[in-house]
Amino acid sequence: MTSTQLTLWQQLAAAPVLWLVVTIAVFMAASWLNQRCGRTPLLHPVVVSLSVIIVLLKLVNVSYAQYMEGAVLLKFLMGPAIVALAIPLYDNLARVRDLLVPLLVGCMAGALTAALSAVGVALLMGADITTVLSLAPKSVTSPIAIEVADKLGGYGSLAAGLVLITGALGCLMAPALFRWLKIDDPAVRGFTLGVSAHAMGTAFAFEYGAVAGAFSGLAMGLTGAFTAFVLPYLMILLGITAG
Amino acid sequence: MLGGLLIILSCQLLGEGLVLALDIPVPGAVVGMLILLLGLMFYGEVIPGLRVAGEGLLKYLPLMLVPSGVGLMVHFELIARDWLAITLALLLSTLVTFVVTALLMERLKKPEAAEKESL
Repeated sequence: MTSTQLTLWQQLAAAPVLWLVVTIAVFMAASWLNQRCGRTPLLHPVVVSLSVIIVLLKLVNVSYAQYMEGAVLLKFLMGPAIVALAIPLYDNLARVRDLLVPLLVGCMAGALTAALSAVGVALLMGADITTVLSLAPKSVTSPIAIEVADKLGGYGSLAAGLVLITGALGCLMAPALFRWLKIDDPAVRGFTLGVSAHAMGTAFAFEYGAVAGAFSGLAMGLTGAFTAFVLPYLMILLGITAG
Repeated sequence: MLGGLLIILSCQLLGEGLVLALDIPVPGAVVGMLILLLGLMFYGEVIPGLRVAGEGLLKYLPLMLVPSGVGLMVHFELIARDWLAITLALLLSTLVTFVVTALLMERLKKPEAAEKESL
């Protein structure tokens, strides 16, 4: 490679649009792969995409900061997308109005169990405080978890990865646990999946029918909102803070 | 569509503003989501333009998560140090949350369901 070619590559690598193109192209390929493999949570398009892109960046020796100059555009859209979660939440709320009180109780109990058990185990195992704070929102839908982890003093990106693993675990455990606990009601199945495995659980819940899907979407939205408001204060109360 | 996007962005702006004004450690977008939810409950329906913009955004939500996920590359040292704690915390916590939520909901819905059947 001559020095002019190197300069050209360096200039291109610094162009924000390159990493936007790479991100979208890799994601499309990962979605296609996921569809070909029967939508298994083990090959989630986001997990596959981020792995491929990390390897790619390491290979061409481009830093995360440089990558983000282009990819930040996609990240910015996360904010409006979180706001838009109000639309399915509203649709589902209308459908389950009679059950609102038990659903709110169930979501609060589930959200607190998820956060406290994850934080508790991590602390007992002597994990770093930033790890603990990144684990705290792991049952919440990724965009909210990323923002909550950043606010808490954890790492949003670490939280994003942990959320995805949680979602996959929840979906993999679900069939056996429902059988073992003798849960047949699609509403309860959906709600449980939404609280413990967020959007991935909701996608999975639709396999138990539209009712399960609606309850799951509702549970995901409520758990996300409740966790975003309560977790920061809970962590301060328990004295689990960064620095 | 553009009007719907404006409503969504305005809710986010309002949310970010409230978070700054009240100095609370809550993501502004989540406050924006609740503002939009309250607005929808008050208005009573989702106008078509808002639905198109909102569902368009949500359709590509997984793609928006990829850049944050790539940020894992900066934390390999932390993950290498804490991988056992992370694995155990994720496994146990997901299991416990699942069981607690399922059993609680099974118990809580019973009186309501019985009431419905008697109607």
